[in-house]
Amino acid sequence: MKTKRHGAVLGLIAAGALLLTACGSDENTPGAGSTSAAGDSAAVPVECGGKSNLSAEGSSAQKNAIDTFVQAYGQKCAGQNLAYNASGSGAGVKQFNGSQVDFAGSDSPLSESKGEIAAAAERCEGNPAWHLPLVFGPVALGYKLEGVADLTLSGEVAAKIFNGGIKKWNDPAIAALNSGASLPDKEIKVVYRSDESGTTDNFQLYLETASKGAWTQGAGKQFKGGVGEGKEKSAGVAQAAGSVDGAITYVELSFAQDNKLSIAKIDNGSGPVELNEETVGKAIDAAQIKGTGNDLVLDLKSIYGSSTAGAYPLLLATYEIVCSKGYDADTAKAIKAFLTVAATTGQDGLADAGYAPLPKAFQEKLLTAIKAIA
Amino acid sequence: MNDRTVAQRPAGTGSTGARAGVPAARPDSEAPIPPTTEADRKTVVRPGDRIFAGLATGSGIFIVVLIAAIGIFLLLQAIPSLALDKVNFLTSREWSTGDVNDMRYGILDLLLVTVVSSAFSLIIAMPIALGIALFLTQYAPRRLARPFAYVIDLLAAVPSIIFGLWGLLVLGPVLTPIGEWLTSTLGWIPLFSKGNVSIELGGTIFTAGIVLAVMILPIITAVSREVFDRTPVTHVEGAIALGATKWEVVRTTVLPFGKAGYVSASMLGLGRALGETIALTIILSGTGAAFAWSLFDGGATFASKIALAAPEFNDPRTAGAYIAAGLVLFVLTFGVNAIARAIVAGHKEYE
Repeated sequence: MKTKRHGAVLGLIAAGALLLTACGSDENTPGAGSTSAAGDSAAVPVECGGKSNLSAEGSSAQKNAIDTFVQAYGQKCAGQNLAYNASGSGAGVKQFNGSQVDFAGSDSPLSESKGEIAAAAERCEGNPAWHLPLVFGPVALGYKLEGVADLTLSGEVAAKIFNGGIKKWNDPAIAALNSGASLPDKEIKVVYRSDESGTTDNFQLYLETASKGAWTQGAGKQFKGGVGEGKEKSAGVAQAAGSVDGAITYVELSFAQDNKLSIAKIDNGSGPVELNEETVGKAIDAAQIKGTGNDLVLDLKSIYGSSTAGAYPLLLATYEIVCSKGYDADTAKAIKAFLTVAATTGQDGLADAGYAPLPKAFQEKLLTAIKAIA
Repeated sequence: MNDRTVAQRPAGTGSTGARAGVPAARPDSEAPIPPTTEADRKTVVRPGDRIFAGLATGSGIFIVVLIAAIGIFLLLQAIPSLALDKVNFLTSREWSTGDVNDMRYGILDLLLVTVVSSAFSLIIAMPIALGIALFLTQYAPRRLARPFAYVIDLLAAVPSIIFGLWGLLVLGPVLTPIGEWLTSTLGWIPLFSKGNVSIELGGTIFTAGIVLAVMILPIITAVSREVFDRTPVTHVEGAIALGATKWEVVRTTVLPFGKAGYVSASMLGLGRALGETIALTIILSGTGAAFAWSLFDGGATFASKIALAAPEFNDPRTAGAYIAAGLVLFVLTFGVNAIARAIVAGHKEYE
């Protein structure tokens, strides 16, 4: 009986989520996000040609986005291809600095203290490497809780959940954010990534920034909350969280949707914000850039700590790390073509792959930088 | 009467042996061998001998050098990181390597989880493998035994990622009620107490051990089967002649003869269990809590811990910490094999 009821609720949530997402993309695709992108893609000329097989390596978080880009690239520039090896950010940067690949995909900017910036400059024949934040993946606070389809959390409450400060779903701190919801007296089962990942790193950085001091464990690729249990990779955590009532995890949006997790709204101080294309776009637009000129290193704290109304703060920003100069002519031409396609027509399929398309203003910044690569 | 029957028996066996020709032929075929070797010693060594001897010796030296090189490589990579370790490497339960200026890591939990999960799998797999091997060599009709053996060997060819996914998605949920029953009924035994991860999610050493048992079963079975199959026919016939039942034949001839082989087969399986990686990274739940000697704890083994972190290595000092852990696994496996060798060496009476 219980399982049946359970199933019905799940079904409702799933149907609701489907409806919501369906509505979302219907309104947004022709609206804010894609019209501009589509308009631009016609306007921005892509100079195909150059090296026919580019290679890149790095972050697995942007693997699916790169796949979408490669498809668009192949359509725009017949016969051109790019091979992306999703071996992890660390490996990607190493291969890039060793001149083994044409550009790297990384979840975090090059580190000064590890000598990565100097090594990259050497690889680029004395020119600085640029960070192009091309792929934004919203991270969902996915949960499964029977009877609660709508939940709002704040950075502070999320931090307390993930470090054991809040143990029950009916904790007053959660109830205060969700007036009217009937929260069960159930233990919160935290599920985290047992492997080292950029998602964990960014999530912990978010908690550190947005929790008003409730998260004291610091950031890093290993989860440091000290509670719950770890599962391997995004697929593992989403599957685990979806299989037990009372579970919560942080995971990329597409995995949360695939496993029919409910997705919590985040209250950044100016009201609950739902995770959708528009709210994520707003957060990207509000982001400040730390780098100089065309080196678009993001100040993540400006996203995570943002209290802009209607901006969803929990994002994973991943960079393409390219040489500003120092490529041979063939490679430079191909890279520029690929990145241009990625920033324009490539954006169309991103929402389906669980990423956030670039808002227009940000897209222009990127295109300026891409044009300046020589 | 008694005297006469005793006297008659050897005569009877002697005559049947002579008639069958097998025992009679054996001394004949063995007899000429010593003279030929003696004759060879006098003649010049042929090039073929030299080449073969050289190849054999070369292979032997190569593998020793290779293993020594692995050991030295691990050691060289590990030492700089070990110097940076702020806590005791062997006794600490912490594992935090993200900040290279404050690396705190110890292998105690990894070691315990590795050993306990492997030992648990061995306890399950050993009797089952013994049963299968005995069935195949002693009880099963020949026509059935061969295809049956192939099927079991096939189990060894299943990729470990398949075992891992099967363990997590199929076996885990099936084991949940069993696990819950064990913890509620036998919870007073530390081994079955409620662990530091939830049983519902299946990421316990209990699940992992059972999957490991399935994985090492074919290895133990295959080797044991070969050994049992080589029990000298004379021993078996002797036991039958003395009026032994099937079980007594197995107990008095097959088992004593095959014991050393069975034990070393089990050690081979244990080696596989200790080093199993992918299946365990998928199954075992990570946990922030320390291992508390329960089968329903989570955690990570040496191999799974390394696999979980390897894709994000971007600093040799961080990587060195994991290499140091790998070195301990290397030593552990080495120790296990040494024990197995010692056991085999101590039971040479059948030769």
